[in-house]
Amino acid sequence: MAETAHAASREHFGSTSRRDSWWLAPGLVAAGLLLLGGYATWAALQGTHFEFGRYLSPLYSPKIAAPWWPLSPALLILIPPLLFRSTCYYYRKAYYRAFFLDPVACAVGELNRGKYTGETGFPFVLQNLHRFAFYLAFLWLFFLWHDVWDAFWFDGRFGVGLGTLVILASTGTLTLYTFSCHSFRHLVGGKLDCFSCTAAARGRHGAWLGVSALNEHHMGFAWISLVSVCFADFYVRLLSMGVFHDVRLL
Amino acid sequence: MPEAVLHVYRGDASGGGLKEYRVPLEEGMVVLDAIHHIQGHQAPDLAVRWNCKAAKCGSCSAEVNGKPKLLCKTRMDALPPGQPVVVQPLKAFPIVKDLVTDVQWNYEVNKRIPPFTPKPNAEWRWKQEDVDRVQEFRKCIECFLCQDVCHVLRSHGRTDAFAGPRFLVRVAGLEMHPMDALNRTKFLKEDAGIGLCNITKCCTEVCPEDITITDNAIIPLKERVVDDHYDPVRMLVRLVTGKKKGE
Ligand code: SF4
Ligand code: SF4
Ligand code: FES
Ligand code: FES
Repeated sequence: MAETAHAASREHFGSTSRRDSWWLAPGLVAAGLLLLGGYATWAALQGTHFEFGRYLSPLYSPKIAAPWWPLSPALLILIPPLLFRSTCYYYRKAYYRAFFLDPVACAVGELNRGKYTGETGFPFVLQNLHRFAFYLAFLWLFFLWHDVWDAFWFDGRFGVGLGTLVILASTGTLTLYTFSCHSFRHLVGGKLDCFSCTAAARGRHGAWLGVSALNEHHMGFAWISLVSVCFADFYVRLLSMGVFHDVRLL
Repeated sequence: MPEAVLHVYRGDASGGGLKEYRVPLEEGMVVLDAIHHIQGHQAPDLAVRWNCKAAKCGSCSAEVNGKPKLLCKTRMDALPPGQPVVVQPLKAFPIVKDLVTDVQWNYEVNKRIPPFTPKPNAEWRWKQEDVDRVQEFRKCIECFLCQDVCHVLRSHGRTDAFAGPRFLVRVAGLEMHPMDALNRTKFLKEDAGIGLCNITKCCTEVCPEDITITDNAIIPLKERVVDDHYDPVRMLVRLVTGKKKGE
């Protein structure tokens, strides 16, 4: 192709003819990720106050016994969820825009950083293994739903506390986030070319339609689940520290 | 009668700049109407490409206030009032004159895509649910707004290695077609450069046909490329069972 662009050559970071507040969305995303990521990191480093009665913080689930590990158990427990979120197609968009500024917003000039390789070079080529992080996250859901079940029991009796609802909301939104994953959408049926050709394919078409409907809200689930997981940890932490008393609803 | 102020790019490959024009505002006016008014009354040599004025031919692509838009689908009353409307040519392609750019490169890319290859001896019948996905991709009017906004082409100039969102949409339409027999994952990885897309979704934001380019075409294709070229478990299964890629 002939040299592109009368204007590409004039590009520098932030150059644009856009009149709207293009910096607002990446700014909010950066602030949100820093705030929630910052809280989760701080909470994971504490290693204390992560359970109260049968309530367990989702950041510390499943509970593991690792005497050889000198630091907070959350630093091990959180590896799969971290891999899942950091290779998620939505979060990739979010951090490529908000932190890598690549691009910071559509039709806005970028930093000149030499030859662009996108997701073809190391380490970004590893994003292609997102489905394996999905498998782990899927497994983690079993632990988290077990915690929800546990949160319904108080001294051997069934009950509901505010904490039960907080933990239920955290696991519920995490489940929606996990099952709206693009890789899952592909695996469940998206990879097929013909949905009507076999009975099995017809079944998978139904599943694919369901996951596709969830997938449209994947970004929303990504944020809501992140907020509710952090909040669940925060709530259990306050209870454990004695700052707040759980409200029994039932 | 109220007036609109337009700053329109005038120039060619050797250079140029924005020039101010004033046009009377009429109800329901689109930016292309304003450009035509300038052509008709003030600057008969103003170059603009258009055909249908119905958002269906994809000819009138340009940038309005810095955003890739169809001139015939952008209403003047949808733009911030009291401010000049800036109209510039597509930035990712070489300028010919004023608002007209040379989009030839796109047609060259299109020629490289392995065409529809029907399954041999297959019965030519399929169900609606098999082509729902593909029909979304068939809405494309080849306006190339997505190509223009894609930072891989626009900012990084990787026309050497990346086909661009419009052609990933076309490949998706072929790959997901129930009657097509070809596997294009190697083409996607090595020739179309799908790995250069970092799924930042600007293409989806600008598509005037509301094709969900990234979520429905590019990401599903990336997953198919993973199946054939990155997933170690699948590689092992293929090794053991002798299955081919794409099966
Ligand atoms: S999502 Fe990919 S193809 Fe679309 S504009 Fe962004 S980088 Fe380009
Ligand atoms: S995919 Fe949309 S934006 Fe891209 S060329 Fe087709 S209609 Fe235009
Ligand atoms: S979790 Fe977001 S795409 Fe898989
Ligand atoms: S003139 Fe046909 S799309 Fe605008």
